[in-house]
Amino acid sequence: MVDTLTPVLTANWGAERSWTLASYEQHGGYAGLRTALGMAPDDVIAAVKDSGLRGRGGAGFPTGMKWGFIPQDNPKPKYLVVNADESEPGTCKDIPLMMASPHTLVEGVIISSYAIRANKAFIYIRGEVLHVIRRVQAAVAEAYAAGHLGTDIHGSGYDLDVVVHAGAGAYICGEETALLEGLEGRRGQPRLRPPFPAVAGLYASPTVINNVESIASVPSIVANGADWFASMGTEKSKGFGIFSLSGHVTRPGQYEAPLGITLRELIDLAGGMRAGHELKFWTPGGSSTPLLTAEHLDLPLDFEGMAEAGTMLGTRALQLFDETTCVVRAVLRWTEFYKHESCGKCTPCREGTWWLVQTLARLEKGEGREEDLDLLLDQCDNILGRSFCALGDGATSPISSSIKFFRDEYLAHLAHGGCPFDPAASTVFATAGAQA
Amino acid sequence: MTSTPEKTSGAQPDVELVQVTIDGIEVSVPKDTLVIRAAEQVGVQIPRFCDHPLLEPVGACRQCLVDVPDAGNGRGFPKPQASCTLPVAPGMVVNTQATSEVADKAQQGVMEFLLVNHPLDCPVCDKGGECPLQNQAMSNGRGESRFTASGGVKRTFPKPINLSPQVLLDRERCIVCQRCTRFADEIAGDPFIALVERGAQQQIGIAESAPFLSYFSGNTIQICPVGALTSESYRFRSRPFDLVSTPSVAEHDACGSAIRVDHRRGKVMRRLAGNDPEVNEEWITDKDRFAFTYAGLEDRLGYPQVRDRVEDGGDGSLRPASWPEAFAVAARGLAAAGATAVLTGGRMSTEDAYAYAKLARVSLGTNDIDFRARPHSTEEERFLAAHVALGTPGSGAVTYADLESAATVVLAGLEPEDEAGAVFLRLRRAARHGTRVLAVAPYLSRGLGKLSAHLVPTAPGAEAAALAAMVEHAEHGVDATTVVLVGERLATSPGALGAAAELAARTGARLAWVPRRAGDRGAVEAGCLPTLLPGGRPVADAAARVDAAASWGVASLPETPGRDADAIVAALLAGEVGGLVVGGVDPADTPDPAATRAALAAASFVVALDLRETEVTRVADVVFPVAAAVEKAGTFVNWEGRARAFEAVLPSPSALPDLRVLAGISEELAALGRGAALGFRTVDEVRAEMADLGAWDGERPALETTGAATGQPAGEGVALSTWKQMIDDGAMQAGDKHLAATARPAVARLSPATYAAAALSGASVTVVGDRGELTLPVEQVPGMVDDVVWVPSASFGTSVLERLASPGSRVSLKGASL
Repeated sequence: MVDTLTPVLTANWGAERSWTLASYEQHGGYAGLRTALGMAPDDVIAAVKDSGLRGRGGAGFPTGMKWGFIPQDNPKPKYLVVNADESEPGTCKDIPLMMASPHTLVEGVIISSYAIRANKAFIYIRGEVLHVIRRVQAAVAEAYAAGHLGTDIHGSGYDLDVVVHAGAGAYICGEETALLEGLEGRRGQPRLRPPFPAVAGLYASPTVINNVESIASVPSIVANGADWFASMGTEKSKGFGIFSLSGHVTRPGQYEAPLGITLRELIDLAGGMRAGHELKFWTPGGSSTPLLTAEHLDLPLDFEGMAEAGTMLGTRALQLFDETTCVVRAVLRWTEFYKHESCGKCTPCREGTWWLVQTLARLEKGEGREEDLDLLLDQCDNILGRSFCALGDGATSPISSSIKFFRDEYLAHLAHGGCPFDPAASTVFATAGAQA
Repeated sequence: MTSTPEKTSGAQPDVELVQVTIDGIEVSVPKDTLVIRAAEQVGVQIPRFCDHPLLEPVGACRQCLVDVPDAGNGRGFPKPQASCTLPVAPGMVVNTQATSEVADKAQQGVMEFLLVNHPLDCPVCDKGGECPLQNQAMSNGRGESRFTASGGVKRTFPKPINLSPQVLLDRERCIVCQRCTRFADEIAGDPFIALVERGAQQQIGIAESAPFLSYFSGNTIQICPVGALTSESYRFRSRPFDLVSTPSVAEHDACGSAIRVDHRRGKVMRRLAGNDPEVNEEWITDKDRFAFTYAGLEDRLGYPQVRDRVEDGGDGSLRPASWPEAFAVAARGLAAAGATAVLTGGRMSTEDAYAYAKLARVSLGTNDIDFRARPHSTEEERFLAAHVALGTPGSGAVTYADLESAATVVLAGLEPEDEAGAVFLRLRRAARHGTRVLAVAPYLSRGLGKLSAHLVPTAPGAEAAALAAMVEHAEHGVDATTVVLVGERLATSPGALGAAAELAARTGARLAWVPRRAGDRGAVEAGCLPTLLPGGRPVADAAARVDAAASWGVASLPETPGRDADAIVAALLAGEVGGLVVGGVDPADTPDPAATRAALAAASFVVALDLRETEVTRVADVVFPVAAAVEKAGTFVNWEGRARAFEAVLPSPSALPDLRVLAGISEELAALGRGAALGFRTVDEVRAEMADLGAWDGERPALETTGAATGQPAGEGVALSTWKQMIDDGAMQAGDKHLAATARPAVARLSPATYAAAALSGASVTVVGDRGELTLPVEQVPGMVDDVVWVPSASFGTSVLERLASPGSRVSLKGASL
């Protein structure tokens, strides 16, 4: 089973001081850059298009196509912005990648900027992860010193400057247009579209915004060829991706595998569920993706497979919960997160999350009524697809999916007059054999 | 509601039409129309909060969601769309709440969310009764709150906080639609309010040291769709349904802004912006909005008074008199005084101004009349006759719309933000859409900065040279797509008005005069000038005199061109003129306040018409209380030449319009054998007579320009630049302390080099002029013309002319400590 792993991005993570330039180059780093600089920018775009790489930030938009939207006849400067504002509950792939191998990202930034003809690129890193910001800053400095960045890179005549920007602690800034607002020094709230960032993004100029993992995948595509990349994964979800397993699993962590792998295989790779326990529910791509249950263990983890199951592949943030976990409690915690992170711009998300938390909190305490479940679903219906950006949609996913699969558990709270679970049983410090 | 008003006139260029189907009704609307506006065309009002036709779309409140089964490409949107951000597309099919359950449920859902954290304190809220949230909750919401029924807990805030001395914010009521912040940013250019915090805690806030000080802040209160923003002046004063609303026209500047006066039991409670797309759109200045209390102050004159003159055996004091007695005493006194002159301030309605103009000619037999209670010049008089009189939007005069379509607008002697608020806002919008603004001014003021103006650095007095240099200055590119706006202050700069006319003539640019006061432009039309009769008829033109005389039914009119205000003052002092009829003039505004006061004292007989007791009424022999703008019908002609008629809002039992007073005097004079009676007593009669008289269709006097600009004024010291700030010590701003608290502080501005050259050190400067000295905080302005000091004209208790310097004189600077 172990051969299902396809370490590319994570291949060098185990190396000594893997984050240094020396270590990265020792493992073949920056070879893709030299190849790319010898290609025409359009050929780089074509290679990424041919590879079938789809955005790794969750939405799965074809990366090469996004680059192709940049109007090259626009006289304004072009910008590449890397979305490293990884804040989704459960998502933990970009931050480890930037910690372990920041140069993979930097090399990807240079090649991608070269392809779209940007002379300035920004890496917008979540503000709370200061250690990561420092590590990427150090990598960028190393890249400058080595001539990978700056003017006339390796004699190619191509110039690129990279700015590492620290966010200020807002989940909404992971939304690409809110990120641009934040980058411009304004309040982080999503922008009206159109115009789309490809036409008028950062400083009203053509801008490509890509996830860290998408950009980090580019050097390997250039170095090994589009066919190599497309040979992995499934028909419409090509290549590999980092699957982050967290929760009640024996060896949580980042598992890099072709898209289309199943959760059952991944759990096996991770040493199975917590000893003595069984999978109860899981999220395929962070808390914003509708949750699934043990009956979905064998679904292919690719964009199509997850969509078919009524959820989304998202960021492949697989949060696993065993039978000790109260789904109402978990969903309430997530909802509290969305309430806290709602930017406030639009009514459904701002007011809806405020109300959802109150309704859920009453249910958890066993104070609600059965009709409150219908009220919750109606509130979700009034938020989903009515809010300004996807944050509001994401806030409804755990609620509506949990009611779909665990309605009885909600009702049990009402019958029990409170939560029937022992909250300590789900913790890592639970005594062995703790029962739900 | 904020439905889009239809423009009533103006050239509509051929626009591409798009056919869409809304609720099953096909409608053609101009390309790029937003769905929410297109729906209005088929009679469907989609509920909305953040949407405002004059603000950029934001799509924040989500109240206007509609179902779009076909976006015009055969495919529908899977989710309801915000109709305020969605432009129409050919073949688009839209179903609103009227026909779509999806849209209706979406709207009901958003409305329910909006009320989650809204306090529902409608019974004590100022907005209750005229509240879009209240109204639309009724039309598009549910009757019972599921939030409250399920035991929901609302987010609360401490009750209102001040955003400025005038504007308060009740954060609980706010639905954060961002109308106010967008107005402040997009329209006024004063982005001192902004969103802070997030989620349900999101609120409107100000920076600690930067309150929402904007000349246009009151507009945010009016466009707030809930009761979150209130004014100190109006909050808790009345309920909307107790108010009677009357449309009117603002009397504080020459913009002619439409306003709505709301009154209750004979008292004005508040004023709101009217909606006139051609003029002020939906915005007015805070002065127009809040400065109305002057008409109801304690010192308002309540009855006519006559002086028991010592020479007639009286004690020399004013005593109350009946109207007939006052008319008779005034007429007898004027008849006995010999030569009589007329001074009117710039605040008259056109009908009143006409009455003064006619009184001078047919009753007093003189052309000694001038409305310019401010520094003026003979050149200005000629300029007004040649380039201003008779211009109307219909006859090719510059309009607000022209400011927007102009490629370049040149400003000379005009600070629009202070002196013409609606012009400023329109220029700002023009500038945001690419119009270039060139400002002939000594420094780039904040107002000019908001117009992205390019400064043509010019010392006071050097405007003529600066304008002359523009004729062939390639960089400035003044041509037929340019509009030149000159302010009344240009009269004090020799040759400047002529140079502006010359610039327009040689480049094909269009020219307009923007005075400060509401009555100035109308007074030109009405003939309140020594060389102009009503309707632009030149006194010097015999045919014009005959034309007017025939219309008025008198044998002839005085031939000698009259004296202007300065000459009238001089003639009174010299004893050449004995009688004076004066209406609404503050001596402190006149070019030489001391001389004006001396002239009043020297006059043998003074008849004063005024609202409140003033230093003129105190020395007058007969005093008539006259009606304030709100108490009479009238017309202001705005800077465009557009007639802005208004009707009386409130009755005034104790005051008459000026024209009625003058008619009474003229009738008594006629009885004494002096001239003819005016022949009218009401505003309607004056309007009919003015229409009858019509405009002069004969030859217009030309403005002879000297050709050569006068160049830099020389002399010791530094040049004095000054104008009135919008909110200052003006008599018509009296009575609202909250408005007064929003005034910009008085400071003296000068360039760093001038500061250094004057060897100043502290934070204050004393400006010394030929009439006194003034100590103000000093502000160094980089880029300002050297050897110039700017001070506000009337922001420190009295006027510059009174306390500092004579017009055009130079001043010196010395260090000071405040």
